[in-house]
Order: sequence, then structure tokens, then C-alpha cells
Amino acid sequence: MKRLLRYLKDYKLESVLGPLFKMLEASFELFVPLVMAQIIDTGIRNQDGFYIIRMGGLLLLLAAVGLACSLTAQFFAAKAAVGFSTALRNDLFAHINGLSYSEQDVIGTATLITRMTSDVNQVQSGVNLFLRLFLRSPFVVFGAMIMAFTVNVRAAMVFVVAIPALSVVVFGIMAYSMPLYKKVQHQLDQVTQATRENLTGARVVRAFNRQEDEIRRFDEGNSDLVRFQVFVGKISALMNPVTYVIINLAIVAVLWISGKQVDAGIITQGETIALVNYMSQILVELIKLANLIVSVSKALACANRISMVFDETSSITDPSDGVKSGQSGEPKVCFQNVSFAYKNAKEDSLSHVNVTVQKGQTIGIIGGTGSGKSSLVNLIPRFYDVREGAVLVDGVDVRKYSLQALRRKIGMVPQKAVLFKGTLRENMQWGRKDATDEEIYRALEIAQAREFVDAKGKGLELSIEQNGRNLSGGQRQRLTIARALVKNPEILIMDDSASALDFATDAKLRKAIQESTEYMTVFIVSQRATTIRYADQIIVLDDGNVAGCGTHQELLKNCEVYREICLSQLSEEEVK
Amino acid sequence: MKQSFSKHKSTMKRVLDYIGVYRWLVLLSLILAAVTVATTLYAPILVGYGVDLILGPGQVDFAGLIRILKQIAVVICITALAQWLMNHINNQITYHVVKDIRTKAFEHLEMLPLKYIDTHPSGDVISRIIADIDQFSEGLLMGFTQLFTGVLTILGTLGFMLVVNPLITVVVVVVTPLSLFVASFIAKKTFTMFRLQSQTRGELTSLVDEMIGNQKVVQAFGYENDAQQRFEEINERLRKCSLRAIFFSSITNPSTRFVNSMVYASVGVAGAFAAIRGLLSVGQLSVFLSYANQYTKPFNEISGVVTELQNALACASRVFELIDEEPIPAEKEDAHVLHTVDGSVDLEHVKFSYVPEVLLIDNLNLHVKPGQRIAIVGPTGCGKTTIINLLMRFYDVNSGSIRVSGHDIRDVTRKSLRSSYGMVLQETWLKAGTIRDNIAYSRPDATEEEIIRAAKEAHAHSFIKRMPQGYDTVISEDGGNLSQGQKQLLCIARVMLSLPPMLILDEATSSIDTRTEIRIQKAFASMMKGRTSFIVAHRLSTIREADVILVMRDGHIIEQGRHEELLKNKGFYAELYNSQFAG
Repeated sequence: MKRLLRYLKDYKLESVLGPLFKMLEASFELFVPLVMAQIIDTGIRNQDGFYIIRMGGLLLLLAAVGLACSLTAQFFAAKAAVGFSTALRNDLFAHINGLSYSEQDVIGTATLITRMTSDVNQVQSGVNLFLRLFLRSPFVVFGAMIMAFTVNVRAAMVFVVAIPALSVVVFGIMAYSMPLYKKVQHQLDQVTQATRENLTGARVVRAFNRQEDEIRRFDEGNSDLVRFQVFVGKISALMNPVTYVIINLAIVAVLWISGKQVDAGIITQGETIALVNYMSQILVELIKLANLIVSVSKALACANRISMVFDETSSITDPSDGVKSGQSGEPKVCFQNVSFAYKNAKEDSLSHVNVTVQKGQTIGIIGGTGSGKSSLVNLIPRFYDVREGAVLVDGVDVRKYSLQALRRKIGMVPQKAVLFKGTLRENMQWGRKDATDEEIYRALEIAQAREFVDAKGKGLELSIEQNGRNLSGGQRQRLTIARALVKNPEILIMDDSASALDFATDAKLRKAIQESTEYMTVFIVSQRATTIRYADQIIVLDDGNVAGCGTHQELLKNCEVYREICLSQLSEEEVK
Repeated sequence: MKQSFSKHKSTMKRVLDYIGVYRWLVLLSLILAAVTVATTLYAPILVGYGVDLILGPGQVDFAGLIRILKQIAVVICITALAQWLMNHINNQITYHVVKDIRTKAFEHLEMLPLKYIDTHPSGDVISRIIADIDQFSEGLLMGFTQLFTGVLTILGTLGFMLVVNPLITVVVVVVTPLSLFVASFIAKKTFTMFRLQSQTRGELTSLVDEMIGNQKVVQAFGYENDAQQRFEEINERLRKCSLRAIFFSSITNPSTRFVNSMVYASVGVAGAFAAIRGLLSVGQLSVFLSYANQYTKPFNEISGVVTELQNALACASRVFELIDEEPIPAEKEDAHVLHTVDGSVDLEHVKFSYVPEVLLIDNLNLHVKPGQRIAIVGPTGCGKTTIINLLMRFYDVNSGSIRVSGHDIRDVTRKSLRSSYGMVLQETWLKAGTIRDNIAYSRPDATEEEIIRAAKEAHAHSFIKRMPQGYDTVISEDGGNLSQGQKQLLCIARVMLSLPPMLILDEATSSIDTRTEIRIQKAFASMMKGRTSFIVAHRLSTIREADVILVMRDGHIIEQGRHEELLKNKGFYAELYNSQFAG
């Protein structure tokens, strides 16, 4: 939380003035019962109409000044809270943007998005509410008590007893029911989950004829939910009646004590009414205070979660005097005794990998799930750092490059075909901002995307929805390939990025890439033997180890793992 | 407008039907509400009487005061009890009505045709069953009681004030609406600001969704700075409109408080003059003052209740829309149970389309002999799953017929038809629960040994054993903590356990570990032995060994035959096949 408070720095003045003005408003409010007592004791008793009107005017004046103070306070509070969250959001976004793949894997993007959106909003309204009420409510509660003391010490003793009693009830019920509400929410989540499961799995549920069981299970969860809700409701429902009883019993006590004091001539009838009024004011503010505490503690929890994101620092740092270019004549990419483990993983995902790739080669990488194919290619653009050994690009360790210079060399086609909301042209220009239409069309042609783009008839103005959901999986994949080609990279990495393409398109795509990218070094990760069989060099990975490296024919002869993979997909003659 | 009104009316009627089950509780709640209102209003009057007994030095009627104070104590105890009971009963009614509707909606969900589920985004259906029903309950039932107590409070207050002093009542009645006016004026003004704020916030959220959700791509393309720029631009706009929205909406409370203070001052002055003329006692004045303090509250509540009620009815009608969706046609009355399945499947003159305009399957004839293997091949998105939909009767054919062992599948019970197929889909679906439960999903009564045997046959046993709690490991919703390959293995184990006479397999394109897959294929092969199998195939080896290959393109079946025949035809299949080896 402390870390976040600095975002209020630019709004120091507002953060101080807001609560102060709110307090001023409250103090004007505290005078009202006293003025009323004067009207009764002086105005009515002396039958002084002029005095009554003057006091009435005073009441209006107090109200008007109170309004002015309050508006000022609300403005300052809103300004500080909104300014705070804006600055926080900007910094948080920049911070998250700087996190490397490792941290993203550990925290998870869904979590990061929640931190960025709803958590920041919660904190903002927490700050706003806090600035408005944290002085006001206690001030009114204790102010009312002090005012009571100025009227009469004995009657004020009732306040001394009633305030703690009320506080215990209000805060006790809240403290008790808060965790219960969490349970209710949890149970509701279960019901939601059951619903979602039955929607996404409708076919399976029906195929196994489990509808009735599902309904029964849903009903059980639903009944549990109701039981929880009714139980929590029963407790929360205590709040109003109990506080009502306490306040009114206190009023009864005030009346009794005041009766004695008035009888003895110590206080007046008007002052008795003032005491009753003070008592009523307390309740309202205590409940506001309790709600404030709930909101603020929620906001604090959010703030802590945000702080935790700030605590994550990127494990990949851009060297201050990074190398901009490599040495010519060296192999394009070279893995030297590379071992790699994911953060928090117990075992290496890659161990002792040694591979050298020459410029212009096409490299196929094949192996089962979890064998380390993606890990291997992700090391080239330094999305992750090696645990041991080194990855060299153009003879220079990737850790010595400036990140920008290194990544500019590489065109990445990720496993998940991601496109962004905007036009096709905007999406393609992610590769290179100044790419011309002509260059883009060329890339689309190579990626076998030209045909369907033309069929849509909108050219590069074709609008793409978020995540490209107006396109099919195969179309998205081809566009992500085109996007990487627009960059005209020295190294092209395709991470299992043709999986949604049918065999024919896949084949055409490979042919086109090979023909039109003579100097490009291409890495193709795939599970399909046909996709990589014509590569210059095939790397066979098995559980993080290089099981073999060579051409299709070589590997067939001397790599058992490779033979197994091929024969599982192709017949004996086709393999040859 | 009129239409929406009548829609509201019919929704209202149905809502009342659901609440009607609890009509005695509702009645009790209303009685308690009336009691609460009456005693709440009576307490300040008693306090006023008390004040009137405390006149001045030596003028205090202690005997009378004690009597009044006792009365106050009794009245507040009654109020508190009635209020608590009322709240409790309202909770009971609300939550039970919600439960009833929710269960009803869920039951209906299980009865809906797949077509509905396929064509409606699941988020929408979930929000109907969860969020809408919640909203509805809070809005409608809470709104109802608030409306009732609010109106009673206003009438009661007015009645009392009129009896005591009509003049001051007029003052209160004239000034009070000002607060309502101010509140609604501000609400109207801020509405557009709030809309702008939520629009901008939505814009920001979707940018965050895109950029942070796909941060790996952002970083791969070095787009971080552009993203930051775009973000800051929207964020700055959000700052401006948030400030306006928050500030202007926060004017409401101080303003209505100000109007309240005006009422209070007017009552004080008018009351004091009345007291001078002896028309009002000081105690009664104090009652007026405390009423003046509370009088505007029910007004504000009621104005909120109307919008809340409308909102609640809108939510309710969304839920009813779901419940009203036409369920799958009932089984024929003479539908019989499919007992002995020999594995022959005959499709005759089958025509089918999802939407009337696009005929997908036109006159498909296919005769599958027991134990044959049918491979369905074609480019992605060509509608291979359509065949599965028809075989399992997730959808009905438009015309023609499908017969299993000579029985038209529309004449047998869905249950017996579906349990004669074992289905493994490419899109794996697992439940949140233990691994054991998931495997036993196909046969809840399976013993431990059977489950383990099935897992072994599916080559899932070894990885399950390595999980922290073995078969008791709880997997999260949709198997988030398993790899895609592992999920698929579990789905296979699930079918292995029940092993019905016919199989529908959707071959994985790329997700299963190639080496494990060899074993799976062996398991598949032994599973398929003697069983009619339909395979959405991606692997040439599978396709080549099939007895019949159905070649699909753009939803149509364009070729049909054995591998060699189709190659000889030099049609689309031959093209597909040869393209693989074009290099």
C-alpha cells in the first residue's frame, strides 16, 4: 500500500483539503441541534418571533455553508482519487509490459488483466470514499458526544456507554458476516461453474446420458447456496433491529436523566431535544463508518494485489550498452550446451542442447508434447534466458544484444494465432510500421492468405475483430505468418503455427516460404512429420534432450525416436 | 412502449406464480412490514410525549415519564423483533424463489436442443442463469418490500402530521419534493457522464485485454511503446470523464442533505411560531423535527425502487426467454430401447442443414456393415462434425433416415442410442472433480479395478500415478492443470471404461505426444476391433486402413470410397493426398 501512496503525491493538496472541508461540513451539522434548542428555550419561551426567524436564518446559513464545504470536499476527493488511479494505471501497464515471459507464465495473464482493470477501479473508489469519510464519520460521532458533554455531563455519560455498544454491534456483525459472504460467493462460483460445464460439455453429458445426474448435482449445489445465503442473511438482518434497540434505549436513558436534570434546573427542555438529536446523528454515521471500513479493506486487499505485481521484476534485463548487430560469417544461430528450466520448475525443460544453424537453412523441430520444442525456439529471441550455456545469434550471445536489435532480426509466428482489433493493414504493420501495401500483399501471398483476403473484397481495409474472431482458425494462422513475413526478418520462427491448415495448404505454404525467402533462416516447429521432412536439418527432441539431428534420410537410419514418429503417421513406403 | 408494457405484465404474472408458492410467507412479511412501520412511527411520538413531561425546574412529571419510557421500551422491542423477522422471511422468500427459478432454468438447459447451445454464446446463457436471476431477486423482492414500507411510512407520517398541525404539514409537503427533484435532476445530468465513463472504461479494458492477454506477441513484435502510448491516451480521456462523472454524482448526497436542512429549518421556525400561539407543544415540535429528518428517505427509496423493479423485470424476462426456448422433441411414445446392436448403420437419402438456406448434406447414402471403419476426411472447417451430430442424434435429419441395426434412430430412445456409441472428441471436456470421477463419468458404478484397467488401456495410468494424489487428484474446471495430451488420454480412458459397440473418434490434429500416440493408436486399434467406428481422421495411416472414406468439402460429402479407388478417381481426395508429398 505504501508503494501505491506515492501516486497521491501529485495530489497532496487535494488529499488534505478534501477531508478538511468534509470535517468543516460536519462541524456545521453539529451546531444544528444547539440552534434548535435555542429556538425552543429562548424563542418560544420569550415569544420572540424575530429571534426565531433569525435563528431559522442561521440554520439555513449553516446548511448553505455546509453544502459549499461538502461540494468542495467532494471535488477535491474525486480529483485526487481519479488522478491517483490514472497515474497508477499508466505505471502498472508499463510495468506489466516490461515483465518477461517467465513472470507472465507464473502470474498468468488473466490475473494481470484483473489487476489492471477491476482492482485499480476498486482502489480508486476506496481512495475516494476514504478521503471523503475517514475524518467526517468519526468526527461526527465523537463531536456529538463532546457536544453532549457541553450540554450536560451526566446525560453525556449515556453517549459514553452507547457509542462503544453500537460500535461493537455494528463492527461485530460485519466482521462476523464478511467471511461468510465470501463463502456464499464461493458457492455461487460453484453453481456458475456447473452451468458453464454443462454448456461447454453438452455433447459429452448427453453422449453419456448423464443429464439427470447433472441436474441433481446442480440442485445440490444450488440448495447449499440457499442454505448459506439464508444463514448469512439471518445474521446481517440483525444489524438494523439491534442498533435500533440500542439507540432508542439510549434515548430512553437520556430522557430519564434529562428529566432529573431539568427538574433540578440544570438544563432546559430545548437542550433535552438537542441531546436526543445528537443520539440519532450517531447511528447514521456509525453505519457509514462501518461501510467505509468494508470498502476500504476491500480496496486495501486490491492494493496489496497490485503491489505484488509491482514487486515482480523482469528477469530479463536489457543490457545498457547492448550490441546492435552481430558478426558476419558466423553461424546464424548456435546453441552451445544449452540447458533451460522454467521458473519454479524442478526439472530442466532442455538439457545440454548443442546445435549449429547456418544462414538460409530451414530447420525442422519435431518431438512430442513437452519435449521442449517451443522452449528451444523461444530462447532465440530471448523470451527466456538459458540456465546454462549460451545461445548465439550471428556469433554474439543473445544476452549481449539490445533487446530491440535482437528481436528486430526475428519474425515470430506463435502457437496461438493472435490478431488484434483493427484493420488488416494495421495488423500487418505490427511487423514493420512503414510496410507498404505492396509488401503486405507479397507477404499475404507467401502465407497463402491472399486468396481469402481477396475473396472478402475489402483488401487491406478488412476489419478484424478482437482476437480475430471473425476469421477461421486456419485463416488466422496464415495471417500471423504473413505478419511475421512483413517484417522481412533474418530469422523466421514458426512455432507449430500451421496446425489448423489442411495438408494441401500446409504444403503450398512451405513451398512458397522456401522459394521466396532465400536468405531467411527458418525454424519450423511441428508435430507432423510431413511438415518438416524436407528441412535442411531436423532436430528431434525427446524429453528435453536432442535425440537426433540431421536430414530426414539420415535420421531414419540412425534415430529410433524419429523413425517411431514417422511410422506413427505415415506408411513404410511414404516414409522412404 | 405498449408492447413492452404488456410484456412486463406477463413477466410479472409469471414471477408472481413463482412467488405464489410462498404466498403465506409473503402475507406474513407484509403484516410484519405494517407492524414495523406503525411502531417506528409511534416511537418518536412517545418521545415527544416524554419531552412534554419535562417542562422545567420542578415541573417534571416523573410518574408519567416512567410510564412513557416503559412504553417506548416495549414499542422498540416490538419494532426490532418485527423488523428482524421481516428481513429473515424476505430472505427466505427471495433465495428460495431464486433457487426454484435457477434449478428450473438448469433443468431446461439439459433439455434444450444442441442447436440452441451451439448458436448461443455460453457467456450469455450463464449470465442469464446466474447474474440475471440474482439481479431479479434483489430488485424485485427487495424492491417490493421497500415500496410497500415506503408508501406506508409516507402515508403514516402524513396522517400524523395532519392530525397534529396541518400548517406545518403543508410546509413539509411543499419543500420535500425539492429533494426528489434535485436528486433526479442530478441523476439525469450524470447519466450521460456515466455512460461516457463506462464506454471509455470499456475501451481501456478491451485494450488491456488485447495487449496484456497477448503480451507475448506484443513483446515479440516490439510493440510495447505503441501499446503504452495507446493506453495512456485512453487513460487520460478516462481520467477526464471519470472526474466529471464521480464529482457530479457525488453532488447528490450533499444536495439532498441541504434540502433536508431546509425542511428542518422551516419546520423549526413554523413549529416555533405555532408553539408560541399554543397550537403545538414542544414535544410535538420534536416529533415533527424527527419526522422531517426521516421523511425524505422513503421518497428517495421509492424513486429508486421503480427503476429497480423495471430492471428486475427485464432480467426476469431474459431468464424466462431461456426457459421458454423450445426443448428437444419428446421421445416417441412407442420409442423402444435399443438392445442388441450389431453395429450396422445405414444412412438413406439423408438431407440436412443447420440453416434452411444452406443445404449441407444432400442425399447421403451410406451402408456400414458391422465392424467397418469409416474415415471422414477433408480440410479444416468442412463440417466433419456434422456427421457426428447426426449419428448421435444431437441434431435430427431434415429428411431421409439413419438406421442402427435396422432401427430408425428416431424410433429408439435417445439414451439407448447414445449409450451404444463411445465418443472421443478433439475438444476435450473434463469436469472439475477428481480424475477418478472423470473416468467413471461413462459408468458411475464402475469399480476401482475397472477404472484403473481402463486408464491403463488408455495409457493414462502412468501419468495419473505421477500426479500428487493419483486418482484422487482434483482437476480444475476443464482440466486446466493437465496438458492437452493428458486431457485427451483421460477422455479415452472414459470411453475405455464403458466400451460400447460403436465408436465415434475425433482424431487429434496435433495435441497428443507423438510417442504416446503410437500406444494410443494401438489401444484404439484393439478397441475398434469388431466395432463399427466413425473416425474424423487426420492421419494418413488411419485413413488408408478405413473401409470407407467420406471426403468432405464445404460441408458436402463429395467423394466416398476406399483409398485406392479414390486415388484412381483423381478427384479432390487424390489432390489432398498428393499435396502432402509435394514438399
